[in-house]
Amino acid sequence: MVAQNIFFGILSAIVILSALRMVTTRNIVHAALYLVAVLAGLGALYVLLTAEFVATTQVLVYIGAVMVLFLFGIMLTKAPLGNAMEMTGKQWPIAAGVAALLGGVIVYSLVNHFGSDRLVTDGPIYRTADVSDEVFSTYIVPFEAVSVLLLAALIGAIVLARKD
Amino acid sequence: MTTLLALPYWQETGIKLGLALVVIPTTSLILVYLFLFKMMAFMQSRLGPNDTGPYGTLQLIAEAIKFLQKEDIHPAQADRRVFRMAPVVVLASTFLLYVVLPAGPDAVVEDLDTGVFYAMAVSSLSVLGILMAGWASANKYALLGGLRAAGQLIAYELPLILAVMGVVIQAETLNLQGIVEAQATGEIFGFGGIGNPFILTQFLAFLIFMIAAQAELTQTPFDMPVAETELVGGFHVEYTGFRFLLFFMAEFGTAFAFSALASVMFLGGWWIPGFDVDDNILNVLGPGVMLAKILLVAFFIFWVRFTYPRLREDQLQKFAWKVLIPLALANIVLTGIFKVVF
Repeated sequence: MVAQNIFFGILSAIVILSALRMVTTRNIVHAALYLVAVLAGLGALYVLLTAEFVATTQVLVYIGAVMVLFLFGIMLTKAPLGNAMEMTGKQWPIAAGVAALLGGVIVYSLVNHFGSDRLVTDGPIYRTADVSDEVFSTYIVPFEAVSVLLLAALIGAIVLARKD
Repeated sequence: MTTLLALPYWQETGIKLGLALVVIPTTSLILVYLFLFKMMAFMQSRLGPNDTGPYGTLQLIAEAIKFLQKEDIHPAQADRRVFRMAPVVVLASTFLLYVVLPAGPDAVVEDLDTGVFYAMAVSSLSVLGILMAGWASANKYALLGGLRAAGQLIAYELPLILAVMGVVIQAETLNLQGIVEAQATGEIFGFGGIGNPFILTQFLAFLIFMIAAQAELTQTPFDMPVAETELVGGFHVEYTGFRFLLFFMAEFGTAFAFSALASVMFLGGWWIPGFDVDDNILNVLGPGVMLAKILLVAFFIFWVRFTYPRLREDQLQKFAWKVLIPLALANIVLTGIFKVVF
């Protein structure tokens, strides 16, 4: 338990610091790399919560695919070295307000719902098979709805990108 | 499986880490010596690296000393922090791959439940390092090489994962030990003497896996990211000395790891016909069997590398999206149908 708490502290510090640097850095590639650090830290937190499958998916989808495509797109278009770009827009106070509001709502609802409940980390470890059983039985309707949504987004992207 | 000795978690982890630190550089040395120095020298009549010391073994030491002597150069315009981090990220991806590779019933660093899925996930991290290297070098050739690498690795990761799916469906598990066990206890038309290596039932998946792995490893004919005739040296053109050595080690270490994945998933892994799957003796014999199978698979990878010319960039993308991915999807459908019917 102690080791888990220590690592939770370290990982949270990494995630929070990287998130702050991500929005304050003046280089767009650095911002993307800090985002990688944030996502990797979240993946490590999933491992601490014994959610191995979720952690692996986090690495494969967010770091291996989404962030690589981000960086690919940035470097293909405009990625100057050094602190060349002014990346903070004029509306940053509004954005900060929205982010604070969202954070407040999440913290409030978590505290309100769970109170002083403790997470059971030495309980049963959920295997990949359990996850898939749940997805394809209990959560089959949301799962299918999300698949259809993704398909619609995919077709929409192709339609928007076509010139003719 | 009987536990021979029980150690506290941190001692066990320490021993495993130490072992991995020895094993991973050794594996890339084996591949470099056996295939790059010996096989390539014979196949392409490159007489130099054949003859240093007995059987040319001293060439490795000469190369290592050469790399360590070289000056550590940073380009003046480079982003120094990202430039230094890039080779480490690439090598970290290789190290993480070795975590799940099994060499015996208990001879594995960590028998993860998500096994092969985990291997696919961490192998995709190397693209990140390559992109970082290409961008931070402040060199247009390096950037072009990095972009080519990213485009190629994104395109070939899909057929790689889809090919693995066929094996996973047949073995009914993502766990690599489970996949070995499924092959060891399998039967071919009622005959269980040699188990059922999945190369027989999943031959199409094996072919797709090997082709996609070739592209993931950026070996010829898929080595456009480092195409020296067009891009000087691609994403690692500005790297010298030890930092270049890290890229080099990662390349061969990953080749070894992918060969190991192929032998585990398609060739039966560490199991020897006639033994029980959890026989303790396999912890001793298994690594030898695995090494033989890995070298066999690696031989094919390097054979292709030394034989074929480079593809063109559009041919490469077309081949992935229009040939490999549809074939891999068809393989999944067929495997699913067979799984349900039989």
